[in-house]
Amino acid sequence: MSVQPFLIAAAGLFSIGIYGILVRRNVVMVLLSIELILNAVNINFVVFDAMLGDALLQGQIFTIFIITIAAAEVGIGLAIVLMLFRNRKTANIDEFDLMKW
Amino acid sequence: MEALDIISYFLLLSLLLVAAKVVTTSNVIHAAISLVFTLAITAGTFLLLSAEFVALVIVLVYIGAVIVLFLFGIMITRAPLGQNAELDNDKNKGLALAVSLSIFGIFSYVMLNTFDSQINTTSGTSTELLGEILLSRFVFPFEVVSFVLLAALIGGITIARQDNALIDENQI
Repeated sequence: MSVQPFLIAAAGLFSIGIYGILVRRNVVMVLLSIELILNAVNINFVVFDAMLGDALLQGQIFTIFIITIAAAEVGIGLAIVLMLFRNRKTANIDEFDLMKW
Repeated sequence: MEALDIISYFLLLSLLLVAAKVVTTSNVIHAAISLVFTLAITAGTFLLLSAEFVALVIVLVYIGAVIVLFLFGIMITRAPLGQNAELDNDKNKGLALAVSLSIFGIFSYVMLNTFDSQINTTSGTSTELLGEILLSRFVFPFEVVSFVLLAALIGGITIARQDNALIDENQI
């Protein structure tokens, strides 16, 4: 197998995630798009690990660390969304404009 | 090798199609379910690349736990279930499409011009070896990341809880 289709697919997944972040209004949907981006990075790490044949398997170990950090990020993110929803009665990003001028 | 190529093309194409559904559907529950399929196909891709343990971790942590958290968040913020035309910010759509397409173009140009290797799939990685490396060479990052996870857990609880007790203390 060549690495190129995997790398192109990961780049496509990354840009789909960027599109989702920019176009969605609901905060939970933005968090879903962030998961897509992290997933694209994971695919790249595993592909490069398989390509290089590293004896320490550093690509796969980094992927496991990224998954852990992503779980922590979702927990904190949803807690913040919950707090925002409780205070502002909405979960739409364009209505959180207190720090904009 | 030919069969593996066909399987990988099929997996990657369906990965992109399902991921596009995540960001374009106008139904929040459908978006979460599409993310489940995206992650499942990612796990299949990892199996193809002989990274079995990472595929299992994806299934356990993402599909098992993170998606439940997302569904919980969707339900608790009372996002309107069913079709919802208000989900997208329509005036951002052109800009978002331009940005994501240019990122895709730059990334794929760089990737195609830099990496042209073959993947050696004959040597599978054993979970035993991965565990030994994780707990010998990478034991310090492993402990640090577990501490980060604990801190995030406590932080999440602290942010999200109703602090009635705090209000009572202030009144005293």
